[in-house]
This record gives sequence, structure tokens and C-alpha cells, in this order.
Amino acid sequence: MTALLTFTVLVLVAIAIWQMTKIFELSQTKTERSEIANDSDNKNNGYLLFAFLIFIYGITIFSFAKYSKMLLPEAASEHGGDYDQLMWVSFAIIFFVQTITQALLHYFGYKYRGETGRKALFFADNDRLEFIWTIIPVIVLAGLILWGLYTWTNIMDVNEDDDPLIVELYAQQFNWTARYGGDDNVLGEANVRLIDIANANILGIDESDPNAEDDVIVKELHLPVGRKVNFKMRSQDVLHSAYMPHFRAQMNCVPGMITQFSFTPTVTTEEMRLNPDVVDKVKRTNVIRAQKGDDPWEFDYILLCNKICGKSHYNMQMKIIVETEEEFNAWMAEQKTFKESVMVDEAETEAEEQVASTDEEADVESEESASEE
Amino acid sequence: MSEVAHVSHDDHHDDHGHHHKETFITKYIFSQDHKMISKQYLITGLIMGFIGIAMSLLFRMQLAWPGESFGIFEAVLGKWAPDGVMDADIYLALVTIHGTLMVFFVLTQGLSGTFSNLLIPLQIGARDMASGFMNMISYWMFFISSVIMIISLFVEAGPAAAGWTIYPPLSALPMAQPGSGMGMTLWLVSMAIFIASSLLGSLNYIVTVINLRTKGMSMTRLPLTIWAFFVTAIIGVISFPVLLSAALLLIMDRSFGTSFFLSDIFIQGEVLHYQGGSPVLYEHLFWFLGHPEVYIVLLPALGITSEVMSTNARKPIFGYRAMVASILAIAFLSTIVWGHHMFVSGMNPFLGSVFTFTTLLIAIPSAVKAFNYITTLWKGNLQLNPAMLFSIGLVSTFITGGLTGIILGDSTLDINVHDTYFVVAHFHLVMGISALYGMFAGIYHWFPKMFHGRMMNKNLGYVHFWITAVCAYGVFFPMHFVGMAGVPRRYYENTAFPMFDELTNVQVLMTVFAIIAGLAQLIFVYNFISSIFYGKKGPVNPWGSNTLEWTTPREHIHGNWPGEIPHVYRWAYDYSKTYENGEYIIAGQDFVPQNVPLQENEEELNH
Ligand code: HEM
Ligand SMILES: [Cu+2]
Ligand SMILES: [Cu+2]
Repeated sequence: MTALLTFTVLVLVAIAIWQMTKIFELSQTKTERSEIANDSDNKNNGYLLFAFLIFIYGITIFSFAKYSKMLLPEAASEHGGDYDQLMWVSFAIIFFVQTITQALLHYFGYKYRGETGRKALFFADNDRLEFIWTIIPVIVLAGLILWGLYTWTNIMDVNEDDDPLIVELYAQQFNWTARYGGDDNVLGEANVRLIDIANANILGIDESDPNAEDDVIVKELHLPVGRKVNFKMRSQDVLHSAYMPHFRAQMNCVPGMITQFSFTPTVTTEEMRLNPDVVDKVKRTNVIRAQKGDDPWEFDYILLCNKICGKSHYNMQMKIIVETEEEFNAWMAEQKTFKESVMVDEAETEAEEQVASTDEEADVESEESASEE
Repeated sequence: MSEVAHVSHDDHHDDHGHHHKETFITKYIFSQDHKMISKQYLITGLIMGFIGIAMSLLFRMQLAWPGESFGIFEAVLGKWAPDGVMDADIYLALVTIHGTLMVFFVLTQGLSGTFSNLLIPLQIGARDMASGFMNMISYWMFFISSVIMIISLFVEAGPAAAGWTIYPPLSALPMAQPGSGMGMTLWLVSMAIFIASSLLGSLNYIVTVINLRTKGMSMTRLPLTIWAFFVTAIIGVISFPVLLSAALLLIMDRSFGTSFFLSDIFIQGEVLHYQGGSPVLYEHLFWFLGHPEVYIVLLPALGITSEVMSTNARKPIFGYRAMVASILAIAFLSTIVWGHHMFVSGMNPFLGSVFTFTTLLIAIPSAVKAFNYITTLWKGNLQLNPAMLFSIGLVSTFITGGLTGIILGDSTLDINVHDTYFVVAHFHLVMGISALYGMFAGIYHWFPKMFHGRMMNKNLGYVHFWITAVCAYGVFFPMHFVGMAGVPRRYYENTAFPMFDELTNVQVLMTVFAIIAGLAQLIFVYNFISSIFYGKKGPVNPWGSNTLEWTTPREHIHGNWPGEIPHVYRWAYDYSKTYENGEYIIAGQDFVPQNVPLQENEEELNH
């Protein structure tokens, strides 16, 4: 309703402006003024075009000077180094082209601003010139394509070489869960149809799959440094995207499908916290946070959701901790396996339910009958 | 002005010459005259643009000052902004509707509809569109779809909020998001009607260009505007039906329980029955339109720029044939690059390689166009009218935005910037701002043609351009850095991540520029409206232009030319053409309109 009201107000404002134009019109003295650019318009706007070129350079320099330090720190994964290098070279190229073309465009605008009596050059075609500026982009782009595709193929080749750690990233509105294959490093089968919230089987893991027993389900992603990790992404409801910017890694999570990404972390969280860029960033950030009255921040790698997924899309995150092999093993040893946390609980609840003999779910019944036989 | 340029008026009247009895309704509402329909498109498009831009200012304020209370939020958003604090759901709805309005309603139908309708018949020398009736239907379907889209803003649970790309399952499941209920239904209905409107319009443009060219107007003599509208219409006819099928399948999934795009979903505590569909299929279908769509938006703007730039530089457009060739190349390639929006969607990485290849190919004709524009300025006699400034501005933003396309088109580099603000910066510059500039250039340039010889105030035009130009870079240049810092798009606020805290300053800067830019558009609105009623009348051919539309009288008449349709003897770009002795072809005049026969001793070019 308020929106409708505002809409009406806007219409009224428009009418008011229109009325004002009438007044404006009446108050204008009748001078002979043409609405076509004359020499002085050309001159003024020619100078402004030149000034605008300086503005473009200015905002470029300003942005680089002020914002470069806010960008992501050096890559923390093996392929991330290649990524950063390719990015750097591509940037150098487009930056070069940008500087030159903007200069020509605005300089010509300034240089050839119109003047009465000036004659423009009738210059309609020049095959040689056109050939040159077709072939140069062809060559440069061919180079970039080849390099890019080589890197892409390497990054996207998810294979089982070098004994990768297998981790499932599970997305739902609006949080992440990670599942490790456990001692056997093999994930148990899972499907959303097997989800059993009452029994804490939140990922829909197939309880009859022996591989599932030692799976470890956690809410914080721990990764050992230097070991390849193969991620298997799943989503239970809508599209999400597992975005790990510090590792130059991203893959969508698609309901009904398992998607994959693989990378090798190379810098532990501890090491990254000592990186000078990160130290500076944390310092700057904490000054801001202190002003706002927020708690101080300590750097951590983070997993963000990067595909619009609903109301709390903006706060769908999971902490990532990269640590040494020993630390990782020690942490893993503390975690409960699927069998310990869910199957056991379930047995208990089942027993309770039987005692109470209340209404039971169909799948629980069928499981019972299976065990009775 | 020379007498050769005049059309003889005492020729016999042909069948279109006599006057029909017109009522207010047939003249202004259910008009079948292309010039009136063009104005209807323009006004509707501008109103939608006004709403779309206003929405963007609201969510930009939320981004700069997250969680802050604003009276304007409460006033405009009502229950969606309790105590003046914007709700997260309505944030997404605003982003979604903003994108939809700007891409489809303003820059597709608002831009193409206006200028294809105005210029195709006038520039090719036709009395009207091939089918005036179909043209009228096309506009009214556009109008109905606009109305439905606006109505969807007022539904109880809020308008569609799944992003302008409305990926399922988010857009398919009302329990995933309130906007995916009635709001999404209306969105889909509106878009289905919109697509039908666009198809009717496009078919009409194609047929008109093919069949109704005046004598002598060969394809290679067409002004580049017409080439652009013609090819745009063809891409539209090829790709919009695919979006329609995506929309229909989505409607079926939503309402009739099919599983085209849905599978294995557990939401709000229950498993849904959907099985076997794939959201990735939807992405393919959407982007099969979506990428051509960005060129549907851009090509008309480039066409307008070619015409405006050549006229105001008093020089032929450089490399006419190369320009036509690149329009065709872009059109062809644009239908085989859609996968670059899906590098990390889970599709086979090998497909990603193919799409990287085709995507970087499309950079080549784009580069050729940019270089040709720059060369057109070289050694010109530039008349820096507002339309000319907007054209130069278009080339500038097209280059800046196009270059970052090289980063995004590289599947490797896209991994880390996909769906971040880097993408938002890229497409706003290359498509949003560039096409808007094209539209403004067209409006300033052809305003006298639309409104009976009245012209827009040039000084207000200059102020409008310069503020807009500075602010456009002010908003979108720093945005690249926000994206490279890792900030995802479509986040209601960035406060949940301390690593983004220091970027809030950048957000504030961008928002301030955006608000100033928004206010500057009011100058345009004022200029536009007051010039309709009080604009100064200029000469019949104010810009000294070669194309046929300026041979028609100022007052609109049905059938465009009172007498015979002029014949065409040359291409549209004989600006500053001289004899070998250096004298202009028509003494004292630096342009030779298309309807002037070849003069004695004049060197004939290939056109
Ligand atoms: C040099 C040529 C260009 C290349 C190589 C290129 C490449 C790309 C790529 C790869 C993306 C996807 C990025 C991502 O989502 O991660 C993208 C997004 C986009 N591009 Fe371009 N682009 C080019 C020119 C254009 C032009 C000329 C337009 C418009 C006329 C345009 C409009 C868009 C739009 C609207 C999006 C974002 C769609 C969305 O996700 O909402 N691009 N571009
Ligand atoms: Cu999410
Ligand atoms: Cu695209």
C-alpha cells in the first residue's frame, strides 16, 4: 500500500516538474539560440574530453594505489600460483590496451574538435590498417587461449593420483557441512531421500553402506598442507557455490548431481597469518572494527556461498583451517565417526521408541523387521 | 541547403498520400504508425528505466550503509523495511527486478523497439513497417508485460527474487524463498508475453528491411543503424524462443509437478518428489538466450553510435564493410559462447575449453569495431553535440568493459571471479552503460525527428552527459577491485565477513557516485519533457545528415513522405567527400545525402 502511495507521489512530482517547466519557459527571454553545437561548444567539450582522459587515468591510478592492498593475498594452493601469474599477464595486456585506446579516443576528440571552415578528411577504408588491427588481437588472444586452456585442463583434471584426501562439501540453505571418508578415505553412498533429521542423519548417508561407518561429519573444514584434496560437492535444496577465494577455487553445488574440484593447499593458516600483506590487512581491518565496536578479527581461510540461494545467502560460510599433517591427524582422531555419532544414537532412540511403542516411521519399521529375520 | 537535396513535392500522390480520418484513439493509443509506436516504446521504456534505476539506488544505499535505517526505505518499501531497515528478501527482489527491467524492458524493447520502429522505415525509404497491425500488437504486448511486471511488485509475498537469471530450484520452489511464489509466477507470465512481443517486433523488422527498401537502397548502402537493427532482430528470433521454452518448462515444474530442472531435493524437512531433472539444463537454455541477449542490447547501441559518430565527425564511418562483417561475426559467434557463464556450473570441463575458445574469438570483431570508431574520429571536424559525446562515451566504456571480458572469458581466470563484483563491473560497463549511452545518443540525435522538429536543450544535454560520464566510471571502476577482493554479488550485506570490512569505504564511494548519477538523470527527464512541448524548432536536417529520414517533413504524416519516396544513389556516408580538386561535391556543403544522384566527375566508390 505504502508503495502504491509512493508511486502516486512520484507521479505527482513528475507533474510538478512539468508545471515548473512551463514557468521556466515563460520566464525565458526570447534570444536566438540554436541547439546545435557551435564553435564554442566544440571547444569547451573538446577540452573536457581531454580532461576526461586525465580523469580516467586518475581514477585508475587512484584505485590501484588505494585498493590494490585490499585484494586477496597470494594464492594458498598449488594451481593458485599459475592462476595468479596468468591473471597478472592478462592484466598487463588489457591495461596496456586500455591506456592506449582511451588516449587515442579522447585525444582525437580533443584534437579534431570542430571549427567553422575546417575540412574533415574523407577516409573510408584502409585494408592494411584493418588487417593489422585484426591480426594483432588474433595473435595475442591465441596466446592467452592456449595458456589458459593448458592451465584449465590441469586444474579441472580431478583424478585419484597422489593419494588425495576425499572431502564432501554439502550445501543447504544456509550452511555448509563437510564429510571426510575416514580411515578408508572412501565416502559412503548418500542421497537426500535417506535424510533422517530425527536421527541426525542430516546428509542422507546410506547406513547400510560399510564405507559410511567411518565417515566423519564436521562443521569446520580442516585440510592438511601439501596433500591434494578432491572435493565432491552436493546440495540438498537449491544451487549454491563453494567459493574458496584464497585457494582460487570455486565449484557450484547442484541438487541431483555431484560436482568436483581439486586443489593442494600450500600455506597453512598459521603461515598465512604471518604473511606481511595479511598482517597489514588484519591491522587495518581491526582499526575499523574497533570503531564499529566489533570484536577484533584473526585471519582465517573461508568458504563462502557464491550462488544466490535465498534470504541468508550473504551469510553462508564455513571456516577452513589448513594445518600440518600431524595437527590434522590429531584433529581427525578427536572426531566422532558416522557410526559412533549417528548409528549408535539411532540404536538408542530406536530402543526407546520401542519401549514407548509410539508411532514409528516406516523406514524404522522396515529396518526392524529386517533385523528380526 | 542545396536544392539537389530536395524531394520534388509536385509528383503524383500515390495511394498512401491521402489522409485517413484519425481519432484520438487511433492516433495516440492504438496507432499503427511506426513513428507513434516508436514513441510509445520510448516512453514506456523510460518509465521502466526510472523505476529500475530508483531500485538500484535503494540497494546501493543498503550496500554502503548496511543495516542502517532510512526513512526512504520505509516510505518506499513499507512492510519490507521495518523501522526503515531493509529486509534481506526484498534486497534480493530489488536486485532481481532491477536487472530484469534494465536488461529486458529498457535496453531490449525500450532501445530496439524505439529506434528500430522509428528508423527502419525512415532510413530505408518505406512508408511504414511491413505490418503496422502486428507492430501495434507487439507494442501492446510489451505494455501488458510491463504492467504485469509492475503488478508483481505489489504481491503479498514479494516479487521474484531469484536474480534476473532465475535459476531453479530457487526460482521453482516457493518454500525456498517467498519471492518464488506468486511473484515468480507473474514474472514468468510477464516474460512470456514479453518474448512474444519481441518476436512479433523482430519478424516485422526483418521483413521490412528485406522487402521494403526504396529503389537503389541495396544492402551495402544501408546505414549501419539498419544493419544493426536487422541483425539484432535475427538474433532475437533465433534465441528468444529458447528462453520461452525454458520459461515454459519452469512453469511446468512449478505448477504441474514435472521434473525438467529439479531432482533430489530435501527442503523444509521433507523430500520432494522431483527426480531426474537438472538445473544445469536450465542454465544452458537460459544462457543460450542470455548471451545473445547482451548483444541484442548492445548492437543497436553500436549501430546508433556509428551513425551519430559519422554524422558529427563529418567523415564517413571508417571501414563500413568491416563494420558490417563484424556485426555479422558477432551475431554468429554470440550464439555459441553461452557456456562462458557456466564454467564452474558443474558441466564437463572440456565444454568449458570449447567455450573459452569461442568466447575469445568474439573479442576480435569487438576489437575491430572499437578501432574503427577511433579511426572515424581521426582528422574529423567533430561537432560535439550531446549525441556525439554519448557516442564517444560509449566507445570508452565499451573498451573498458570489453577488456575485462578477456579475463572472464578465460575459463581458468573465471574460476575465482565468477559471480563476484568483477562480473558486475564488467557487464555494467560493457553492456549497461554502453547501451544506455547509445540510447541517449539516439534520443538526443533523433529527438527532432520524433517530436516535429523540436530539439532538446544542448546545455542541459552537456551537463547530463558529463555528470553521467564521471559517475559511471566512479561507480564501476572501483567495483572491479571489490570483485577481485573476493566479494560475491547478490549479498545483502558484507558484514558477515571481516575480510570485507575495509571494502565498505569503497562501497560508500560507489554509492555516492550512483546517487549523483541518478539525480543527473532528472536533468534529462526535465529536458526531455520540456523539449517535447517547448523545444526550439531547428532546421529540417539539423545535423547535416545524409540519411533519408531527414528528407521527410517535420510534421508527421502517415506514409512519411508527402510525395514519392526518394530514390537512393549512394551510401549513407558521403561526408566531406570532394572532387579531385578538393572542392566539396555539393558546393558549400560538406555532405551529400543518399538521394542525390552521382555528380559528373564524381569518383564512384564501391557502394
Ligand atoms: C570482449 C568480449 C567479451 C567477453 C570475452 C565477455 C566475457 C564474459 C564472460 C566470460 C562472462 C561470465 C562471467 C561470469 O559470470 O563469471 C561475462 C558476463 C557478462 N557479460 Fe561479457 N564478455 C564480453 C563482452 C560483453 C558484451 C559486449 C556484453 C554486452 C553487450 C557483455 C555482457 C555480459 C553480461 C550481461 C554478463 C553477466 C551476466 C550475469 O551473470 O548476470 N559482455 N562476459
Ligand atoms: Cu548458498
Ligand atoms: Cu556471455
